Formats: sequence, C-alpha cells, structure tokens
Amino acid sequence: MIVENLIKVGMADLKVVLGKDGILKTTGLGSCVGVILYDQTNGVAGMAHVMLPNSIIAREGIMNIAKYADTAIPDMLERMIKLGANQGRMIAKLAGGAQMFAFSGTSDTMRIGPRNVETCKEILNKLQIPIRAEDTGANYGRTIEFHNSTGMLLIRSVQQGVKEI
Amino acid sequence: MDLLKQLAEFQLDVLKEVGNIGAGHAATALSKMLDRPVDMKIPQVNILPFEEITNSLGGSEEVVIAIFLRVVGEAPGNMFFILTQESAKKLLTNMAGIEIEQDGVYSEMEISALQEIGNILVGSYLSSLADFTRLSMSPTVPSLAIDMAGAILSYGLIQFGEMGDHALLIDTKFLEGDHEVEGHFFFIPDPESFEKIFRSLGVPFE
Repeated sequence: MIVENLIKVGMADLKVVLGKDGILKTTGLGSCVGVILYDQTNGVAGMAHVMLPNSIIAREGIMNIAKYADTAIPDMLERMIKLGANQGRMIAKLAGGAQMFAFSGTSDTMRIGPRNVETCKEILNKLQIPIRAEDTGANYGRTIEFHNSTGMLLIRSVQQGVKEI
Repeated sequence: MDLLKQLAEFQLDVLKEVGNIGAGHAATALSKMLDRPVDMKIPQVNILPFEEITNSLGGSEEVVIAIFLRVVGEAPGNMFFILTQESAKKLLTNMAGIEIEQDGVYSEMEISALQEIGNILVGSYLSSLADFTRLSMSPTVPSLAIDMAGAILSYGLIQFGEMGDHALLIDTKFLEGDHEVEGHFFFIPDPESFEKIFRSLGVPFE
C-alpha cells in the first residue's frame, strides 16, 4: 500500500504535520520514546522520537533538541502552534520506553527506558497536556504510526503483533 | 561530532585491528563449537549517524537475535553479538541438533542454547581484547533479546547520545564454512574509552 502523506521520523528526530491525511511513523523504538501531540480540531499533529530524558547531560557542541525529552516536547509544541494548533486542545499519546535487556543490579543508564517515560510524563504534566493513551515499558521494541485523521496510534511489535491505542 | 572527526586514518586502522583480534578469537571459538571452518571478514570501523546504524543488518525493523553485554572497567563500552533469525536456526541445527519448526518461536531450551553460544563468543572477544590492550575490561552478565534491530542497537548508543548524533562502531562479520550462518560482532566503545585504548597500545592521541 502506498501512502501519500506518510512522514518518517528518524531516531532523535521530530516532525509536525498539518492536515487530516497526515501519517507520522517511526520505527524500532526500544528504550526511546515516541511522543505524539495532536489537536484534532485544527488537524495538527507532531511526533518526536526522543532518546534521552534530559538535555543537562548534553556534551555536544550544537545540540540536537529533538534528542532530549525536555527540549523536544516544548519545541514540537511551539512548531505545532505555528501551524495553527491550540495548546488547550492538545492531547498526547506515548509509546516505547522499553527495558530491552534484563540486568541484575541495573544502573541508571540501563534504566534509560523507564526514565525516558517518566520525564515525558512530567513535562506533559507541566504543560497541562493530557495523556490520552500509552503503551510504554515492558521489554520489546515498537514501530508506531499515528493517523491524524482518526487520532489512532498503531503499534507494531514482534511478540505482540499490532495494537491500536 | 568532534571526537570522532579528530580520529586519523591510522587510528581507525588500530581500531580495526582491535576488532580483528577480538572477533578472530571468537571465530576460533565458534569454529571449535561447530567443528567447521568459520571465515571472518575484515572488520569495518564505521562512524555512522544513528539512523544508519542498523543498515548492515537490513534496517531498523529487521528482526534479529542479539546478545548484549556492557563492558565495564578501564575502557567501557557496549557489545552485541547479532544473528539473523535464519542464521540462528542453522546454528541451532548444526550445533545442537535442534530443528526449529515454527518461524520466530523459540523454546526455552533453544533460547538458552543461543544465549550460551553468545556468552562464549562475546566472552572470548572481550578477553582477547583485554589481553591485547592490557586494560581491565570485564563483561556484565550477557542478556538476550529477539526484536527489531533498531530497538536493540539504539540501546548501545546512549553513551554516544550525550555527545552527538554519530557513533563509532567496530563491525565484524563472520560466515560459517558454507555461508549458512552469518553473524555480526558490534563493539561500541564509550566516547571516553578511545583515549585509553590508544594510549595502552602506544598510539599517539592528540
């Protein structure tokens, strides 16, 4: 099936779309989190594939704001508002943040998935954006596809098949 | 990213040698287990954007079997031993006489056999590396996952994530005698580890 308006979101990347026919997709979410914001009334949606919770730890010269939850979510929000979205109408969906490998005596780095999810929730809470649905945690990878026409988030995984939230 | 751009050609060659020695020992161990010859390709040292890290495995959504361990000690990093599903089946059949009947479904016994093979291989990779560099490098208990390549490998990029959007990956591909089994060793040293590896081998660094 060829989808006309499919927008791919890479790792540590974010995209926004205006229009009901927009579909946002990102593949292979492990400990990373896919954050979706959408405003159905105005037909604006955004998806970020965040890798790390907090940009405080960044040691890079030119920072990629799409990589960190604390910079990606506000930036996505701003871009969506520019496309005509209303913050008060926005709804969020979350997927990913898995713990891909099991370890005894897990250090903080190894717990990166759950930490990513916690941070995303804190940020959304501060921005007063409700989380309508989530499929986070566990120990498996996810590919996600958001359909702006219906607000449906399709989640594909190897063990669990396809589900919709 | 600055650190990776600084690396000169001869330093990349040193890292290739690191991959060569590690994977060479692992290939010997595999060859003994299978009682068949195992060929190894010349290691590739690639500095790749995160998006392209799964390319040599067939893309982000390709389902692979991975043994992951974290290297701790003086030169920390992440190590993966990765097999395609097809190769895992062949490996189980050739080695343990186990035939997998259903695609993508593994019994506890098959998982534990794969885990043990992975343990032996990454263990021999790592111990030869530690001998060669005379750095203390010890493995955490290896862990196995069967999942999308992107979901698995992104886990090894967290340390690089703080530095930029590229990672240095030492990729060694090996093939069993008649090319039925194909596997990859990925060693992703933490950004801090390069200096230690080079120093210990007497390679000038900055």
